[in-house]
Parts: sequence; structure tokens; C-alpha cells
Amino acid sequence: MADVLASPPKTSPAEPGPHHADPAHGEGPVRRDFLKLATGAFTAVGVGVMAWPFIHSMNPSQDVLALASTDVELGPIAVGQAVTVMWRGKPVFVRRRTPQEIQEARAVPVGELPDPATDQSRVKPGKDEWLIVIGICTHLGCVPLGQKPTDARGDYGGWFCPCHGSHYDTSGRVRRGPAPLNLALPDYSFTSDTRVRVG
Amino acid sequence: MADSHHETNEHNDVRRLHDSKVANPLLRWIDQRMPVISMIQLEYGSFPTPRNFNYFWNFGALAMVTLAIMIATGVVLSMQYAAHTMLAFDSVERIMRDVNYGWLLRYAHANGASMFFIVTYIHMWRSLHYGSYKSPRELLWMLGVVLFILMMATAFMGYVLPWGQMSFWGATVITNLFSALPVVGQSIVTWLWGGFSVDNPTLNRFFSLHYLLPFVIVGVTFLHVVALHITGSNNPLGIEPKTKQDTIPFHPYYTMKDSFGIVVFLIVYAVLVFFMPNYLGHPDNYIPANPLVTPAHIVPEWYFLPFYAILRAVPDKLGGVVLMGGALVILFFLPWLDSSPVRSMRFRPITRWLFLLWTVNFFVLGYVGGKPAEQPYILIAQISTAYYFAYFLVILPFLSKFERPLPLPESIAHAVLSRRGGGPLPAGATAKPMEKA
Repeated sequence: MADVLASPPKTSPAEPGPHHADPAHGEGPVRRDFLKLATGAFTAVGVGVMAWPFIHSMNPSQDVLALASTDVELGPIAVGQAVTVMWRGKPVFVRRRTPQEIQEARAVPVGELPDPATDQSRVKPGKDEWLIVIGICTHLGCVPLGQKPTDARGDYGGWFCPCHGSHYDTSGRVRRGPAPLNLALPDYSFTSDTRVRVG
Repeated sequence: MADSHHETNEHNDVRRLHDSKVANPLLRWIDQRMPVISMIQLEYGSFPTPRNFNYFWNFGALAMVTLAIMIATGVVLSMQYAAHTMLAFDSVERIMRDVNYGWLLRYAHANGASMFFIVTYIHMWRSLHYGSYKSPRELLWMLGVVLFILMMATAFMGYVLPWGQMSFWGATVITNLFSALPVVGQSIVTWLWGGFSVDNPTLNRFFSLHYLLPFVIVGVTFLHVVALHITGSNNPLGIEPKTKQDTIPFHPYYTMKDSFGIVVFLIVYAVLVFFMPNYLGHPDNYIPANPLVTPAHIVPEWYFLPFYAILRAVPDKLGGVVLMGGALVILFFLPWLDSSPVRSMRFRPITRWLFLLWTVNFFVLGYVGGKPAEQPYILIAQISTAYYFAYFLVILPFLSKFERPLPLPESIAHAVLSRRGGGPLPAGATAKPMEKA
């Protein structure tokens, strides 16, 4: 170490000036290379550290995250009825299915489905009549029809997406059309018999 | 076929492509068609720069860095800000509390404005002290004054956006300055407001202009730099470089010196942002705007105080406005008001002291601008205002008729290499007139 410090500073061949002529150059790394690498590395780290607050400021803020769950009162929903609630800026379909709709959903052979899933896997155990799905078509993000009694519900009694004609059944599974997947399930739990917390 | 066609093109049409010296083939391909790399090499690499800069010559680069920081923080802040009287204050508080790193971005932006003015004031003081405004750099200086006025407008409108008490009443007072104009005054004020008081339309247009003007500043800065690179930089001796001995290439010497300056600048800036973020602000601006109650003691941001003092020094409404505007406009005429051919104050034994007095006087104006409009501050403001203008209108035009400048050094290299920069050298007896660059 002491030797290195004691030796005269070596410069890279690119260094201008005739009085810098140094027989040592061209013999592998020189001190200037170390300085350049160290400076470059510190600059890169510094820029990264500086950039992060700017990037992170565009992520969901604390007030957005605080509104990330939605409580739904189930009491007023009659059998056969559906409501739409907003959750994280998206529609969530809450549907109280009739026994016939449940039976239809369970009668389908799972193997014939484009995105196989049993009806049981799409509801909470013992809450068979409550189907809760994210109301966004898995094709290109439109909101399917079928929440109102007057809406077209498609050929399988669930939902019908008017954008490109995807049909969903009474379990929210895709049955026909370009949509690749079933309607997604949000995280939710029953906080009581008549209340559900989505998110 | 395609190749031979290409060949002929290269031979017959050479002047259409830039004769690039860049080694890397891809970069050369670009550089031949759009010689930005050559330009950067020419203007920031080998650019011959006086060898004797002191640290005052860092502040142009620092102002550029600050401008970049202000635009970067401003762009992300505007993504979270709501330009509406009902929402603006709360949206700023939301930035402070809820947005990730919002506190940092806002404090960096607010204190960045202060840093911008500190840097710019020092940059301008440098030009006044070393005569950088004199021929052939008059246009360079005037573009700088334009930049300063644009900065003031941008800063003023930015300060209105949080819609606190100082925002609202600052906007009211400053826009009302225009009501002093005879006949059309009140109509102009109504036009500026888009209503009959400072209100939502005013806030909306201020936000729009606050986003627009920084990019105008970028454009004028570009012209400022173009003009600089035609005349070349002035230097502490105020004499033009004559030979290669007098200059050094911009890179690596001044890129390195500027980088060092930027690090020191960022340390000061960081101290302000992280340890005293509200030191230069006013607590009343954390009270939401209330059009029915004016704060007891209303002051502008610190960087406007000297001009605010000039405004209040005159008991006449129109007179105050005219003097305040005149304090800025007079800077445009400075290159022709100063009759001395000697640039640097180092060689002007009398003017130097009167200029330092002018500097102190400017601080005095800033001090009384922050005090209530009562005696003795009004009297001090009046005396200081008189001196501010006397320096430009009396001292600079006439003093050089009587002042005998110190002998100028033969050359920059001569002065630098004889160790004592600017000391009398056995060369000429009295000052020679400046040669044109």
C-alpha cells in the first residue's frame, strides 16, 4: 500500500500534456481506471437513490391504500338479486343465486370448461348462494352485463360481455367467447352472516 | 448495386454529411447526420476557457442543475396536485402525508426555489463585479435578465398554488400592482384574475403558467448558452484570452470544478431540505386561504424582499410600481450605462468600493423589505432605493471619467503565472482600452 502511494501518479494514455509522459502506461490497470470506476459506481448508486422517490411517488399513496377494502351489507339483497360495489376503483359483482342457478352451475362437467373450476371452489363453504366476483371481463377489461334483471345474461344465465361477446355462467366462469379466464375472485371474507369485507 | 450507390453518395455529396471524428461506428453514423456529439465535444470538451476562473464561475452550472431539479420535482408534484380552490390546499397536505416521498419532493421543490434564487443572485453579482455584461456580452447579459424576470414570475405563481393565506394575499397584492396603471389598470387586473377577485380562475391559470414558464426558461437558457459560447466566458481579470496559454479545455478542468461545486451545492441544499425545510417559508401559508382575513404582517418570499422594499419606499402607488419595475428594467441598459472599458472591479479602485456598498445596500433593501412598513424602515428603504438607482444612473456613467484604473495585466497567463492574480506588473503604465473579442 505504501509503495502504491509513494509511486508517482500514473495516468492513462488518454491523458493530455507532454509533461505527463510516463513509461508505466499501457501496463494494465492504472490508478485513473480505479478512480473512474469508483466515480462511476458512486454516481450510478446516487442516481438510483435519487430516482427512487420520484418513481415511488407514482405508486399508490397511503390514502389510496387505506381505501383498499370495502364492506358490503348483504341483508337487503333478495334471492336472485345482484348488486355492484366499487372496490379499488373496479366493480365487484355480488349475486345472491337461486337454488336453480347453483344447481345449473354444479351440473356442468368441469372438464368441458375453457378455464376448469368447480362451482364450490368459487364460493365460500356454506355460503353457496353468494357469488362474489370482480366484474371485469378477462378479455379486454369491459364490464359484462347481467347485474340488472333487464340485462342480457348470455346463453348460460350469468353475464354477457357486450364488447366481444363472451358468455359467463352462474358461477362467473367463461363458457364461450374470446375471454380466456373465468371472472376473477376478489379476496373477501364474511365478517358476519350479513356482512362481507372485500379486500 | 446498393453499395456502389452508397459510395458515390459519399464521394459526391460529402458536404451533406458532417465530417465526424467519432470512433464508434454507430455513434459516428448518428453524428454524421446530426452532429450533436461533435457539438458537445466542441462546446463542452475542447471548448477553450480562460484558465483563471474562480468559484464564482460555478454558479451558471449550478443554476442549470437547479432548473433540472425544479422541473423533475415539479413534474411529479403536478401529478398529485389539484388546481382548484376547494382542493388545492388539501391536495398539498395529501402530498405531505400520503404520497410516497411526497414530503421530500415538495420540500425539495419549495427549497429548490430558494436555492435557485441564491445561485442566480450570486451568478448575477459575479457578472456585475467582473463586468461580464460589457461588450461584447451585452446580449448574453440581457438574456440573463430575461431569465431572472421569468424566474420571478414562475416563483411567484408557484407560491400561489398551495392556496394558503400567503399564497392568496401575495397573489392579491402582486396582481393589484397593475391597478396602479392609469385608465386601464383596473381592467387589466380583472383580466389577470379572470373575475373580480383572486379566485379559482386565477389559480387555474397560475398553475398552467407555472408549468409552462419553466420550459420557456429552458429555451432562453439555451439561447443564453449559445450567446455565451460565441463570445466565450469572461474571467476574474476581465481581459480577453489572447493566446492558447490563456485558456484550458473545458473538459476535464471545468467539468471537474463544476462537479465539485455541484456536490457542495447539493450538501447545502440537502441541509435545507432535511433539517430546516420550513426555515425560508412563512408559517401563515399553512393556514388555508381565506378571502375575508388578511394576515397581520404580509411579506413575499425572501428573494423578492429587496424589490418589495423599493415598491414600498415611495408613498405614491404608481410611483412605487414604476420604481420596482424600473429596478429590473434598468438592468437591461446596464451595458450602456457603464462607461468604463475596464471590466473587472479588481482594476477599478473607486467603483469597486461603491459596488461593494451597492451590494450591502441590496441586503439592506432585503432587510427592510421584510420589516413592517413603518419608520425608521421607510426612511432606510428610501435612502437605499436612491442608492440602488444612483449606482446605475450616476456612478457607472460618470465615475469612469475621473477614476484612474489600475494597470491591466498583459495576459491571463502572465497574471496567473506571476502568482498574484491582477497585481501590478511591469508592463504598461496605465490601463489600455479593452480589445474587442
